[in-house]
Amino acid sequence: MIGLLYDLFFDYTLRNIALGSAILGLVGGVLGSFAVLRRQSLLGDALSHAALPGICLAYMLTGTRTSLVLLIGAGITGWLGTLLILMIVRETRIAEDAALGIVLSVFFGIGIMLLTFIQQSNDANQAGLDKYLFGQAATLVQDQVVTMAVLGSIALGFVFALFKEFKLLSFDPDFAGTLGFPTRRLNILLTSLTVVAVMIGLQTVGVVLMAAMLIAPAAAARQWTNRLSRMLVLAALFGMLAGVSGALISVSQARLPTGPMVILSASMIVIFSLLFAPARGIVWDTLRRRRDRGRLQAPPITPHGGQSASAERGSS
Amino acid sequence: MSTTLVVVLVGCLAAASCALLGVFLVLRKMAMMADAISHAILPGLVVGYFIARGPNLLSGFLGAAAAGILTVTLVELLTRSGRVKEDAAIGLVFPALFALGTFLISRFFSNVHLDADAVLFGEIAFAPFDRLIVAGYDIGVQPVWVLGTLTVVNLVFVVTLYKELKLATFDSALAATLGFSPALIHYALMTLVSLTTVGAFTAVGAILVVALLIVPPATAYLLTDRLPVMIGLSVLAGVLAAIGGYLLASTLNASISGAMATVAGVLFGLALLLSPHYGLVANMRRRHSQRRQFAAEMLIVHLFNHAGQPEQAEESTAGHLQSDLLWTEQFADMAIRQATRSGLILRSGDDLQLTATGQQQASQAVLR
Repeated sequence: MIGLLYDLFFDYTLRNIALGSAILGLVGGVLGSFAVLRRQSLLGDALSHAALPGICLAYMLTGTRTSLVLLIGAGITGWLGTLLILMIVRETRIAEDAALGIVLSVFFGIGIMLLTFIQQSNDANQAGLDKYLFGQAATLVQDQVVTMAVLGSIALGFVFALFKEFKLLSFDPDFAGTLGFPTRRLNILLTSLTVVAVMIGLQTVGVVLMAAMLIAPAAAARQWTNRLSRMLVLAALFGMLAGVSGALISVSQARLPTGPMVILSASMIVIFSLLFAPARGIVWDTLRRRRDRGRLQAPPITPHGGQSASAERGSS
Repeated sequence: MSTTLVVVLVGCLAAASCALLGVFLVLRKMAMMADAISHAILPGLVVGYFIARGPNLLSGFLGAAAAGILTVTLVELLTRSGRVKEDAAIGLVFPALFALGTFLISRFFSNVHLDADAVLFGEIAFAPFDRLIVAGYDIGVQPVWVLGTLTVVNLVFVVTLYKELKLATFDSALAATLGFSPALIHYALMTLVSLTTVGAFTAVGAILVVALLIVPPATAYLLTDRLPVMIGLSVLAGVLAAIGGYLLASTLNASISGAMATVAGVLFGLALLLSPHYGLVANMRRRHSQRRQFAAEMLIVHLFNHAGQPEQAEESTAGHLQSDLLWTEQFADMAIRQATRSGLILRSGDDLQLTATGQQQASQAVLR
């Protein structure tokens, strides 16, 4: 245990992996909280898939594998995908779910086509683009961690500075509009920050499972509190816990991709929170109901006992 | 049969079987559920193979179908518990199951013909070499048999239950009061989606399944208002995507399923731009013509209000519109041109005069 802690701080590879996945969890948790509250969870899924063609195009155009260049490409196509979804929903009768599915599958298909095209074209330099599919934390180097940290600080800085505005936008966008806040621009800014969060996660978790890194920590944190500020802190902590533990498990074994491990770890936190969170936990709820039912059955109070029981359940 | 023909045939059958069901997924707003199922069947497939000690068709199918139903049920349970909203529930369930599947593969199956990449984008190029052996006889290409059967099953399902599906899709409350069971239809549809996804999965991969389930039906939805036409058009769009995708992939020497999804996306983009009723170009033209008609109407009402008044001569000049109604020169020009063309006003020099039709229409507009 002490040895592991020592390695986390002083071993070059392990320190990069731990720092990288912690940054990912932190930023993903915070921005995912807004996405979950605004019922835009699946937008994250669509835009992370839409990032793949950007990675390939950035590589084809520049010929470098510098992570910042590839991430900027990813960010651009992810952002374009998001705008396309919003446009389809606004301009046609196609519903949001189909618009998400269209952008997700077509952009990803284009990405796969470009990826295989690059691989066929016999370029020794290309090896490693496919790690963006499922993530490979073991290959993180210090420069990439620094890139992630800079991107993450920008995103978190915006959230910190515009906390009040984002809060209002998430809970009552119409009221925000009447107060004179530029809701359209705030909306686009918040979605763009989600794109930044996805960019941070691509290397560690990969495009396929990145959406869960936005949703799972936030959904878990939501079970523990009704206050947004506490939810953000908890989601960040859960995200970091899932990121670091998943990444460490994946590098401890050969051939274990990082993305699935991080997501499995995050899913454990979600299951635990759903079952055992103090006020909303399903276990406590079931116990409470059973106790109430016993109490109600003892003296038959009114002929409509069943109704009062359901009323009480509704208020709990 | 040549290998090229087999690959194209497999693609077309996958496209047809997916499009038949996808129409109802798009109309019932369950597109993302299809995405969830296509990812979440992976652990079911792995467990099925594990039990059969190898890539066995039947056990794979059973495991995957079970996983598909499990996904739908879990999402519904989570949503109904009130602890997370439906979109988050979908986003929690399928990544967890997909992650479990990839974990199981890399842990126990790394040498078997099943790996994470194949799961994502399939191995359709190898389809011709995947033979179906029954009682020791080689009776043909397995994906052709599987997807052909699925296409027939889905076609029979859609044709025999057409009335029920239509009713449950467009008015599930009415369907319930008439004694049909929308829930039964829902689960039957979801089971078939799971089975079709598994069948197409090994051939074309999870993501292309999603593309074939959603994109061609959405393309058709932009082109027609009639359900039978929509079903026909989406099968057509899917088949075109399969053939075009194969040609594109062989030109670029790239992934066939990726190219098929790309061509499906191109077809959707064309429909999005050019659909006669719901396309972007049609929308823009409609908006422009409404703008012109509204401007012409404002103009004739303005002229009508001042007709017979002492200030008529001054109010009825083209130049006056800019100062009085605060119209820009272009907008005033547009209004005058539209009104002249529709025979509502007559222009002589700078003076504007209502015609008889113009007077009649203006009086109606004022009343309205």
